[in-house]
Amino acid sequence: MLKIAKYVIYDILRSKVLIAYTLFLLVISFSLFALETDGAKSIVSLLSIVLIIVPLISIIFTTTYFYNSYEFIELLVAQPLARNTILLGEFLGVALSMAATFFIGIGIPVLIYASSSTGMILLLAGIVLTLSFISIAFFASVAMRDKAKGIGLSLLLWFYFSVIYDAIVLAFLFSFSDYPLDRAVIALASLNPIDMARLMVLMKLDISALMGFTGAVYKQFFGSSFGLFYTIGIMLFWITLPLLASVRIFKKKNL
Amino acid sequence: MIEIQKIEKQFGNLSVLKGVDASFNAGNVVSIIGPNGSGKTTLIKCILGMVVPDNGSIQFAGKNILNDYSYRQQLGYMPQIGRYPENMKMGQLFAMMKDLRKSAHVLDEELINEYQLMAMQDKPMRTLSGGTTQKVSAALAFLFNPKVLILDEPTAGLDPLAAEILKAKITKAKEEGKLIIITSHIMSEVEEIADSIMYLYEGKVNFYKTITSLKQETGEEKLGKAIAKIMKSQSHA
Repeated sequence: MLKIAKYVIYDILRSKVLIAYTLFLLVISFSLFALETDGAKSIVSLLSIVLIIVPLISIIFTTTYFYNSYEFIELLVAQPLARNTILLGEFLGVALSMAATFFIGIGIPVLIYASSSTGMILLLAGIVLTLSFISIAFFASVAMRDKAKGIGLSLLLWFYFSVIYDAIVLAFLFSFSDYPLDRAVIALASLNPIDMARLMVLMKLDISALMGFTGAVYKQFFGSSFGLFYTIGIMLFWITLPLLASVRIFKKKNL
Repeated sequence: MIEIQKIEKQFGNLSVLKGVDASFNAGNVVSIIGPNGSGKTTLIKCILGMVVPDNGSIQFAGKNILNDYSYRQQLGYMPQIGRYPENMKMGQLFAMMKDLRKSAHVLDEELINEYQLMAMQDKPMRTLSGGTTQKVSAALAFLFNPKVLILDEPTAGLDPLAAEILKAKITKAKEEGKLIIITSHIMSEVEEIADSIMYLYEGKVNFYKTITSLKQETGEEKLGKAIAKIMKSQSHA
């Protein structure tokens, strides 16, 4: 598994896509920190990058990479290697290189300008979000044989998690606004990794007071140590569940 | 060595294999022939574990291959069209395969030397011609000294000299007691290197006989004619 990951990382380094992505993140985060003197404000601006751009790039890069390395996977499947070793090795290679990219592109500027606990939480949220969207991308690419369909499904999933889902939650909140919804809202947030990441950072920023009663509920729940474990547990769940599903499909896949 | 029982495989609505039974023994060269789309490559991919059959079982040296991968230690596979990571150089490809397989067998680099592949080791795989890629596939199939070799249309795309080298290598492997399974459309070549023929037609085994008995039954000198005769008599029956 580690060996396969090693060759995947070599291969990714040879293409220049991730290097360009790293530079892009570096430019954005340095300029955001240069524009604001208050580090916390820059963190909020960075948060929107982390919540929208990072999942998008992670899911698109992983899906295209998977289809482009189809030959490599075909070659490996005829060798004495277990199918789950092959897929997990691929995942590990992509995950390590994407996490490193994120760490260099956003992590280094944050460590220089805003190495507060909020900055750390932002980094943690970003890395976990990267990993869960890589995992979702693996699911989409293993499930679809056709490259165009795979990329389409990936984009759709990204769109669902970053736009459609929030619209559904809003509609739900409006139509049931006469009922106590505090618990339901926490449950709804757990069903979307982007929402979980957003809450993780916002709770640290002490702006939950702006969010009214729901904000107070969030603060009470996610501010507690149980809440922290819950958040981490749910995020881990979002990394492992799509990955396990893709291993299951890949084991029976015809190549 | 390999026992196949009632293998069935369907892709969507298309039934590719409809209950194939066969057994292949060591020290033999078996040629799988049949029209395009008769299921030859699918059958081979089932043995390799690249395609999971819907029904039936495949045993390799007495063990079911389903959910097993260690048996592929004993397998060498040369695909019809070899596809390799494009950015990788040829030398890196060989190094990677050796690293990934960690084979306990003595490496067999005869084909690498005879095809003089190391002279091109710095060329990226995407720049290689179809024939050179086939040479790489052949060299990789034999590299780990496997007990079973599965070659899917091995000489298609090779120049005559390279094809002769490969045929000599196949004969040598047979003498070493290996099992070689070949698919081919070239009857003269099949006649030259194979012992038995398995004729696959629309996902079923039409016949599976040795070449000598085929010739005796039909009274023909040439294999191509013998097979044509059998096909004709069957279509009349």
